[in-house]
Amino acid sequence: MTKPIILKGRAVVLRDDKKEPIDDIDTDMIFHNKYLHIIEISEMGQYAFDNLDGWKDFSKTAKKDDILFLGANFGSGSSRQQAVDCFTALGVQALIAKSYGAIYKRNAINTGMPLLQADIIDDKTMIENGDEVEVNLETGLIKNITKKKEYKTQGMSNVQMDIYQAGNLFAYAKNL
Amino acid sequence: MGQTVIEKIFSQHSTDDVQPGKIIWLDLDVRSARDFAGANVVGNLRKHYPKESKFENKEKTVFTFDCVIPANNLGYAENQQTIRVFAREEGIKVYDSEWGIGSHVLIEDGFSLPGTTTVGTDSHLNIMGCIGAFGQGMGDQDIAFGMKAGKTWFEVPPTMKVIIEGELKAPCSAKDLTLAVIRKLTSKGALGKAIEFEGKAIDKLSLPGRITLSSMVTEMGGIVGFIPPSEEVIKYCKERAKTDFTPQYADEDANYVEEVVVDISDLRPLIAKPYKPDNVVEVESLEKDNISVDSGFIGSCTNGRYADMKVAVDMLRGKEVAPNCVMKIVPATRRVLGEMIKNKDIEVLFAARTVVGNPGCAGCASGQIGMTGKGEIQLSTGNRNFKGKQGSGDTYLCSPETVTASAIAGKIISPDNL
Repeated sequence: MTKPIILKGRAVVLRDDKKEPIDDIDTDMIFHNKYLHIIEISEMGQYAFDNLDGWKDFSKTAKKDDILFLGANFGSGSSRQQAVDCFTALGVQALIAKSYGAIYKRNAINTGMPLLQADIIDDKTMIENGDEVEVNLETGLIKNITKKKEYKTQGMSNVQMDIYQAGNLFAYAKNL
Repeated sequence: MGQTVIEKIFSQHSTDDVQPGKIIWLDLDVRSARDFAGANVVGNLRKHYPKESKFENKEKTVFTFDCVIPANNLGYAENQQTIRVFAREEGIKVYDSEWGIGSHVLIEDGFSLPGTTTVGTDSHLNIMGCIGAFGQGMGDQDIAFGMKAGKTWFEVPPTMKVIIEGELKAPCSAKDLTLAVIRKLTSKGALGKAIEFEGKAIDKLSLPGRITLSSMVTEMGGIVGFIPPSEEVIKYCKERAKTDFTPQYADEDANYVEEVVVDISDLRPLIAKPYKPDNVVEVESLEKDNISVDSGFIGSCTNGRYADMKVAVDMLRGKEVAPNCVMKIVPATRRVLGEMIKNKDIEVLFAARTVVGNPGCAGCASGQIGMTGKGEIQLSTGNRNFKGKQGSGDTYLCSPETVTASAIAGKIISPDNL
């Protein structure tokens, strides 16, 4: 294993101004179609969430190794790869959503972005913005170090782990 | 616990534990790309694997041209040439512009067989459910990877059962049955699920009828819709098979997340109004509106078999299309066209004043025969009638019987009221 199984970072929790999880964040809110001409991943970070109410400053406040906690149906909409790559550009380590749009999930796994599924965002006592968290990608154990709480979900599948370890789908196939 | 059809096929093609919701590595028997997105597949393979072998197995890799054949615009012409040159370099089979719809060619030429797995860049590749096989359309990166690796990853979907009660009676045909299912399920009824079709009417469906039903599972939101292979289907595939195959049937104690019953005892010819395939009404309910039909289209992966062509031929024999209507007839494949030539059907269609095109996707892909103008009312046997999909006109989806009857009458009419 070359890539870390246990990730440590700051939680960024996508809740609205009523402190409810934001569901159905689509790819236009994540990375608007007016930026689709951008092909350099390093330039994509600055536009992440810049069309999502309440989160337009995300790219300025994001820190390397952040872990995003998200609502249901995250990344629905178009098939654009940039909606995943903009997070990679900012150094986001992992995504933990209640559920994902099908194509988004495929794109994220193919590009080697660690991704888990969990309802943890529903519980405010469990996770809040800025908490220090530790995520085990294999076992699915999410430790909130700040709140001294634990949450268990499914770990990544063999397939996800294979692709994540290789870096991305195309790199994985090189070693077959 | 028993297994559903998709669980059985996947278990035969994976070493991972196959359970709904689990992501598994899936071995691929056939990896294909068409002229749409095929050039991107080539680009991905060239970029990521410049020096090493690009294919796990060249015999299992095929390019099929079908969207715009022969190319009538520069974009498609260049993409097709990119694929040709690459395929010649690499020794990969290309079904070029004369062959017709790729998914059909893969069945006709014995690549896709009952119980096998096929992927390609065609969003209707789940049509393989018609022979009890798994098929899936994917993007250009996934297909390039599939060609290189010989496998892909897939989340095992849960399976639902669609039970058809009653028998299919003339003038209704497989398309009316299909539209009845879509009316019941809507475009989201099978979202993220595999379907298994069941019932006496299903068992009796011929292969062309099975193709019609399974080709529209995409419009029901489904991943794939399986029809248990009949003796006729197994015989057809055996005669063409490039390899051995084992048809898969569901276990009796398999687990289904849902059962939906569609009763077709009193089925009347159906039609999907613009701009949604699930906007389904009885054809007769539109007759009083005297809707003038500007054009008719018989063809596509949904209704492009010889049996579909024959419906038009028999109804048009000794007749002519109404003066206000243009009738476009496009066989799905070169083999279908061959049968039409052999049986002198072209003569009948010529005398009836129809346009007979060379095989391909045609209307559905705005291909070699295809676009409608603003305000144009088109009746089509295709599978999608979204706004702008086939030009700027309004497309209705219905059976070959209803298209032909309406083209003869010059207005929307049920085939038994002609």
